[in-house]
Amino acid sequence: MDKETKEIISIVLLIFFPIILFFASFLIGRYPISPIDVINTLLCPIFPQCEVNSTITTVVFEIRLPRIIGALVVGACLAISGAAFQSIFKNPLVSSDLLGVSNGAGFGAALAILISGANIVTQIFAFVFGLISVATTYLISKTYKAGGILVLVLSGVAISAFFNSLISAIKFIADPDDKLPEIVYWLMGSLASINDDKLIMIAIPVIAGLIILLILRWHMNLLAMGDEEAQSLGLNPSRIRLLIIAGCTLLTSAAVSISGIVGWIGLIIPHMARMIVGPDNRILLPASLSLGASFLLLIDNISRAVIAIEIPIGILTAIIGVPIFLYLLKRGYSEWS
Amino acid sequence: MVVEDKLFEVKNISFSYNDEEIFSDISFSIGSGEVLCILGPNGTGKTTLIKCLNGLHDIDSGDILINGKNIKKLSFREISKHVGYIPQSHIPSFPFKVFDVVLMGRAPYLNLTDSPKEKDVKIANDALKTLGIENLKDKEYTNLSGGERQLVFLARVLCQKPDMLILDEPTSHLDFGNQIKLLEIIDNLAKSGLSIIMSSHFPDHAFLSSTKVAIMKDKRFIDFGTPEDVVTEENLKKAYSIDVKLIELDNKRKVCVPLKTNLELDL
Repeated sequence: MDKETKEIISIVLLIFFPIILFFASFLIGRYPISPIDVINTLLCPIFPQCEVNSTITTVVFEIRLPRIIGALVVGACLAISGAAFQSIFKNPLVSSDLLGVSNGAGFGAALAILISGANIVTQIFAFVFGLISVATTYLISKTYKAGGILVLVLSGVAISAFFNSLISAIKFIADPDDKLPEIVYWLMGSLASINDDKLIMIAIPVIAGLIILLILRWHMNLLAMGDEEAQSLGLNPSRIRLLIIAGCTLLTSAAVSISGIVGWIGLIIPHMARMIVGPDNRILLPASLSLGASFLLLIDNISRAVIAIEIPIGILTAIIGVPIFLYLLKRGYSEWS
Repeated sequence: MVVEDKLFEVKNISFSYNDEEIFSDISFSIGSGEVLCILGPNGTGKTTLIKCLNGLHDIDSGDILINGKNIKKLSFREISKHVGYIPQSHIPSFPFKVFDVVLMGRAPYLNLTDSPKEKDVKIANDALKTLGIENLKDKEYTNLSGGERQLVFLARVLCQKPDMLILDEPTSHLDFGNQIKLLEIIDNLAKSGLSIIMSSHFPDHAFLSSTKVAIMKDKRFIDFGTPEDVVTEENLKKAYSIDVKLIELDNKRKVCVPLKTNLELDL
């Protein structure tokens, strides 16, 4: 591919596609709405004298809009933190849940479902335990003298496995008639229950996490060259890594707390983005953000539209994501090996 | 008498790792425009010494002074404004463009919240031009030959605007011709005022571009001085445990020729 074709592809895929997809997503669902109605309804709050059907307004603003924004936010958060992790761990195989955030959040959610059942408790527990699991991973790795990335990654594997077994323990004691299925469904991921309140609750961690990652994105390039080189270029690698981990953890915990566990986005989207715009994090991070957002929205649309029963989103991201990933791997391996 | 400037001064430093002494009692100093070549057999601690000299490892005792300031009191950022470092080997990372790699050399002058500005882009372009590798600018640095990659890293350290360079075996991955080219570049950089410390496996290199030579053996410097005084048949025998013949070429340049040991294995 020459430079110009690549640029056109990136602009279409990263800027126009998300915008078109955003509007198109309002058309999908059981209650049929025409494209003109969608645009009228969306623009109505800006123009005082407009008239729109109140049912359509409810469907657009209270049902479809939160879900669409939810899909965009969750996809963006998982993808951008995956891209950041791949850079700072110098490894294209890691994803946003490397340090145990998903299983930690999963445990929090399962525990909340077991002892309470209220949506808001589940969301808060998932978010908090996501943070706790990564903090534990980090602190454990710090107790080793020869700290370093490898110890951090291995602690992540251990903490992940630990929380995973706690999830199993909760499943084992949960009431198989109501609590157990609820836990299982949560773990498969779904955007069906997203509403305004949930989105408002995650707004602060999401904005904070995005600001941290976007500000530090050029310095991530240096971390990708290895700690010694980063230090010889004047950086304090472990301090910057800690900041970036904190940012990623805020984003991933926030995302998982409203969507349940959605796999694969944090691994494959950064790769796709890297194939389109290259490895420079100044461009790669915004590109991952955009691509992750539209990818998850697309998959959620499929999950809502294709079959009468809604398929859990975590299953679909894997079923659709894995083949795409393998195809890209075959085609583009040389570009980012 | 000219007052000797001591840009870089090392006093009695030692370093141990897990209670095992890696080196000790090392002292030397170099001024601007000088090139120090550290020779010595494998495993004698050259790489560790070099990492201590630019603050990547903390020494156990002694002092390292950069422009009279103790390295222990300098932050990584302050060190990186004075000292450019190129490691012996680099594990390739993501396929960054050559230009982006060179631009990384501006990090010492950018806050964490900053990214490179127009001025930094210009400095990176100038560094590429100085080393004559503008043509590589848009290539992926992971696809370059060893020689080209070494020039890219040199361009990167030049962007740091350092007073001195510390190079760990800069010629080790280069072919016969590129070794000489790199040494000539080092020579040029030194003439422009940079001090350079490098380690090498080739005693010949000391004659080509160095003003000072140190021979490291058994955790210490066994000799330090001008190439003529230090690179002798006797010292090379001590260092490498083989006989070496020094030959003077027509233009007075000296070369070292290792002699065969007539080793016979019982196979």
